[in-house]
Amino acid sequence: MAKPKVAFYWCASCGGCEEAIVDLNEDILKVADLVNIVFWPCAMDFKYDDVRKMKDGEISVSFINGAIRTEENEEMAVLLRQKSKIVISFGACSHMGGIPGLGNFWDKESIFESAYGKSCPSVDNPNRIVPQERWQVSEGELTLPKFYNTVKSLDQVIDVDYYLPGCSPEPYLTMNAIVKLLSGDLPAKGTVLAPAKALCDRCSRSETKPEKLSIKKIERVATLQPDPEKCFLAQGIICMGPVTRFGCKEEGDGRCISANMPCRGCYGPPPGVKDVGAKMVSALASIVGLDGEEEMKEEDIQKLMDQIPDPAGTFYRFSLPTSMMRRKRMTSEEN
Amino acid sequence: MRKFEPKIVCFLCKWCTYAGADLAGTSRLQYPPNGVVIKTLCSSRIDPEHILYAFQQGSDGVFIGGCHPGDCHYQSGNYKTKRRVLLLQNMLKQLGLDSKRLRLEWISASEGNKFAAAMKEFTETIRNLGPIPKLDKEENNQ
Repeated sequence: MAKPKVAFYWCASCGGCEEAIVDLNEDILKVADLVNIVFWPCAMDFKYDDVRKMKDGEISVSFINGAIRTEENEEMAVLLRQKSKIVISFGACSHMGGIPGLGNFWDKESIFESAYGKSCPSVDNPNRIVPQERWQVSEGELTLPKFYNTVKSLDQVIDVDYYLPGCSPEPYLTMNAIVKLLSGDLPAKGTVLAPAKALCDRCSRSETKPEKLSIKKIERVATLQPDPEKCFLAQGIICMGPVTRFGCKEEGDGRCISANMPCRGCYGPPPGVKDVGAKMVSALASIVGLDGEEEMKEEDIQKLMDQIPDPAGTFYRFSLPTSMMRRKRMTSEEN
Repeated sequence: MRKFEPKIVCFLCKWCTYAGADLAGTSRLQYPPNGVVIKTLCSSRIDPEHILYAFQQGSDGVFIGGCHPGDCHYQSGNYKTKRRVLLLQNMLKQLGLDSKRLRLEWISASEGNKFAAAMKEFTETIRNLGPIPKLDKEENNQ
């Protein structure tokens, strides 16, 4: 029997997810034994036309990482969907929009202004040259893919079968997923191929969390040396553990927690959470200023909450495009 | 063009504001009919997810009514609501929405007048702000 065909593709991403595949180390040889890699632009020489020539559904599994930022991202996602039996959204960016998704606080115009315009002091562009989608030269017409206003997650442009979360997905999760898919034992469509519990559930620091968690001051890791054993929230450091799915390490604490850094939420929410930011507002507001809440004046509460200078950017760090509000409204209202 | 009529979702706590709204009704007080009332056991039962969902579904404003500080039937729910609303308002501003679209009022069961007045004022505020901004332009990538 011919080996099943597998494709890897990157949309708007940093390349970390490609690294995550290479991080399979020796296991990648096992993968290569089991499957035939037919498309992987980052690592091997294939052209888009190779994919276009394939029959529909010829590829068994496509792993697509990265968010949808440009026309090219979308075109390739649609093409791979057509040619693949199973599409896996690989990594936080294709799962939820990821870091590129933070671009949804701006639009094309404002992003181009800061990248090529006068508003950024480090940009030296006296003739204000801005990339064009079409340009005539003597040899013919040059084209660039369209840059979108709004970043989207993969499942906002194509039908996605499974998700491998994380920035980037852990190799053990990738390997488990590949083995599972090849065995033909397919989970329900739309499954996130990672544990369903929240990070706090597995965190060894949760023992140090007091019964009644109350914080007054929001601390930052930049200005405070975090205690390596104490719960981050109890130290006043914003940790996304309560609203984030576990999976970032096979055993023990999460990866960032083990490195004495708070969770930033790249694995996305556990099942049942529709909006990470809303849940984090709920969780954090419950513990900030809990002690003495009866006597607190409105101005004092406002000051407590204003200690978080960028709540939307912090809570939706990896998930703005898939949040309920999806992006900033550029018709910005007076506040 | 038809005149803009604000759509408002009101989450009212069963013990105080809902009873206050009842009193406003039985006292035959006049107030705008723009609010759709959802009864909750406590104002802190309202998850910020519910509020965002209301906005996502096209509500132009969200009104939350709870017990006065110290009067919460569950002792301290309303304090949490207060903090959540303030933090959520900060987040709404970042997402390009006016924080005035989300309003929290303490209204007791005996304050039918206050409920009617708050509804009048809030409906006017939203009427002046206009419909909640749609994403059609921003999300059209073509």
